[in-house]
Amino acid sequence: MTIHSLCIRGLKKSFAAPRAESVRAVDGVDLDVRPGECFGLLGPNGAGKTTTIEICEGLTEADSGTVEIFGLNWLTSADALRQRIGVQLQETQFPDKITVEEVLRLFRSFYRRGLALDAAIRIAQLEEKRRARVGGLSGGQKQRLAMATALVGDPELLFLDEPTTGLDPQARRHLWDLVEDLKRGGRTIILTTHYMEEAERLCDRVAIMDHGKVIALGTPKELIATVGGEDIVEFAVSATGVNPEVLKQIPGVSSHRVDNSLHQLSVSELHTTVPKIFAALREQGLHLSEFRTHSASLEDVFVHLTGRNLRDE
Amino acid sequence: MSKLETSSLYQLTVTRLTLTLREPEAIFWIFVFPIILAVGLGIAFRNRPADVLPVAATTPQLTQALAADKGLRASQFDEAAGRHALSVGAILLLAEQSPTGVTYRYDNTNPDARTARMLADRAIQIAAGRSDPIATQNDLVHETGSRYIDFVIPGLLGMNLMGSAMWGLGFSIVDARQKKLLKRMVASPMPRWQFLMAYLLSRLVVLAIEIVVLLGFARVVFGVPFRGSIVELLFIAVLTSVTFSALGLLVATRARTMEAVSGLMNLVMMPMWILSGVFFSASRFPAILQPVIQALPLTAAISAMRGNMLQGLPITHMMPLIAILLFWLVVPFAVSMRIFRWK
Repeated sequence: MTIHSLCIRGLKKSFAAPRAESVRAVDGVDLDVRPGECFGLLGPNGAGKTTTIEICEGLTEADSGTVEIFGLNWLTSADALRQRIGVQLQETQFPDKITVEEVLRLFRSFYRRGLALDAAIRIAQLEEKRRARVGGLSGGQKQRLAMATALVGDPELLFLDEPTTGLDPQARRHLWDLVEDLKRGGRTIILTTHYMEEAERLCDRVAIMDHGKVIALGTPKELIATVGGEDIVEFAVSATGVNPEVLKQIPGVSSHRVDNSLHQLSVSELHTTVPKIFAALREQGLHLSEFRTHSASLEDVFVHLTGRNLRDE
Repeated sequence: MSKLETSSLYQLTVTRLTLTLREPEAIFWIFVFPIILAVGLGIAFRNRPADVLPVAATTPQLTQALAADKGLRASQFDEAAGRHALSVGAILLLAEQSPTGVTYRYDNTNPDARTARMLADRAIQIAAGRSDPIATQNDLVHETGSRYIDFVIPGLLGMNLMGSAMWGLGFSIVDARQKKLLKRMVASPMPRWQFLMAYLLSRLVVLAIEIVVLLGFARVVFGVPFRGSIVELLFIAVLTSVTFSALGLLVATRARTMEAVSGLMNLVMMPMWILSGVFFSASRFPAILQPVIQALPLTAAISAMRGNMLQGLPITHMMPLIAILLFWLVVPFAVSMRIFRWK
């Protein structure tokens, strides 16, 4: 049996909340991450992703449950583990008046072995900003610097907590390229995100979290397949009185739900199914006011499982 | 990479130092402010040379007699102009020739005018031929070390060491905590004690500059004496700075916001600014407060520095003061290490 890079069993953590019962941030999570894979924790804000990852990073103590990294635990091997993992927190602000190079030289000095300064700067694509102060960097550059501080120790396991939150689309794609390079380099990566396209693009496997629990686990493809079709059809009609049973009986339609008078069908064989949907609606004497389709995504998986949208939170 | 470059304690210290020196405000408060204060106080409380008192007389003979005294500056007026000059304060005394002798016109509630009256009378009597029965001589005393500036420089040094150590540590720790930098640091394999030690080490470098600037200035411009051992004075200053760094650390152990730490900082420092004898002797406070005042670290620091600089006391004579400083170093540091909030 190979040793998992990360192995979590029965993890629980509650936080005291003012004037209320304590909040169960993590409520019984089991996970295994294999060496060399990029594993994503996907979920809305407040789902418990950050708490889970911070327990794994040794920053927060769990109320109960166990975390093992490379078969070691935080109680007995904290120093050894910190040498072997790289951490990017959700919101670290380095001092404005220190330069990129100085930050990296500082962090490099914490590790017994690791990347040369030049290599770390090159990986983060900050060569031109090498002598620039942190205060003068863009959001994307700051995030890449944070990534570089996580990489200087040449970690076997890399934790990235919401690496692209708050970045503009271009900076986000830039960071995705960076993570893909790291994956190709064979590093094990665990990242949290509430962007489903990020999880779909970067992660080999994804755990979807909600209210402190893992509600789905698998490759993005497997998860999307659970929705029942490769595509999603969304439409609205000018009147009420859609009969969902009629729609569900159309071959190729596997489920139906209504959200804010927007009907959603999960559909396979889009090219043959859509004409049948049109026909069915016409027979009921209904006029379409909106109609669109998209490929099923992890977003639809989340909606399918919880009845809520990821981005609503 | 060189050995030094890979040492985390060295890198942390260099980073801390770099950040301090790139902060223009810090440079002002640490280096410029105490000098401005010393200059201001030096001017305000300078020991003035004995004043020359302006007087006047109504005749040339009298004026000449008055002018013979070095303590007087004599001019000649007619009676009306003289009285006017007296009433506007241009002169302190007007000597008028009268048929029977000399009349001194002056305000006897003004001490300077009373002095002028004595000097003028002596000058006029001597000019008229009086001789003193007893020969007298003056031996003037202007001792350095007993002036106000001599007293206040060790006070300023102590106050400055307290302020820069506490602000320097307290603010940057809370800032790092607020920006999640502390959390990021402890997620790395950095030894935690080194993070705090780097603060103390970088303090020592800044401290060296601080002491040289303030004391050098005091020495060159005001001639403030250094009667004790310089090595011991430096030891006292280093101990003072490290002690207040420990207090700054304690103040910053739990605070999450700048507002909270500022408030705590003022709460700790304000009583010492007032009570610890920076600007005037702490012995002016009532006896009942003395045990408290003497136990304050700033009081001990300033007393030790005055003992060294002004009285030339060896450190072995000031052990109780050193003990007080050590207490304020060890206890806050130990408590901070136990309750420090890294996240």
